[in-house]
Amino acid sequence: MKWLVLAVMVGSTTAGEVLQAAGMRRHGEIRDFRPGAIGRALAALARNRFVIGGVSSMAISFFALMKLLSMTDLSFAVPVSAVTYVMETVLAKYLLKERVSGLRWAGAALVICGVTLVSL
Amino acid sequence: MTSEPARLRLKTWICTSIVVFSNPFGDFFLKRGLPDSVHLSKPLDYIAALFQPLVALGVLLLIIWQLSRMALLSWADLSYVLPVTSIGYVVVALIGKVLLHESITGRRWAGIVLIVAGVALVGGSAPSTVPRKAAPQ
Repeated sequence: MKWLVLAVMVGSTTAGEVLQAAGMRRHGEIRDFRPGAIGRALAALARNRFVIGGVSSMAISFFALMKLLSMTDLSFAVPVSAVTYVMETVLAKYLLKERVSGLRWAGAALVICGVTLVSL
Repeated sequence: MTSEPARLRLKTWICTSIVVFSNPFGDFFLKRGLPDSVHLSKPLDYIAALFQPLVALGVLLLIIWQLSRMALLSWADLSYVLPVTSIGYVVVALIGKVLLHESITGRRWAGIVLIVAGVALVGGSAPSTVPRKAAPQ
């Protein structure tokens, strides 16, 4: 059961973040941080299909995390995100067409090893 | 007037700081507010849990985390945001040491050094590798 909740969390987090990244790129760079402008940006984002999909996935991921936290410790639940890093970086390259340079791969690899070490 | 890359870099660092601090504190309050005795079996149990003060504070911080992260993704690549915001793990370890007097083992220190090195590698590069437009005002 623990592993099923974990799989749901990893899958929904990955899908959610990639969709969110795609949606935010379509929306464009947020430059105005005054409250009125943030309100207008939120209204526009509420109609952005990628963002809606992303937020829905993140909501599933959030409730899966709550369920997981009620079953295990934070020190078990949090490190799993290292797994999502790998999946998301690969999807960022192939789906979002980001140019993941050698430098970024190296940085991501160091971070993944580090996160694993910190949370073991 | 500051140059475009300098403006973007400053904005990226401010937004990254908000992302990095709101997430671990949000998780922390969420866990604090959810005692082990709480059983989350029915959908209503989840809703009821949201009204516990510490859980609500955790949720508020996680909402701030999501919004600041979305803002960051509006101008930075996912493959940039992921490693750079992982400095949050270091923040978690340091919060544990300073506030909760947890000890940091040699293995965790090694992990912290690797994360900081990874963040330094990626953080120095340009946040975006794809063409982007400004959001409609």
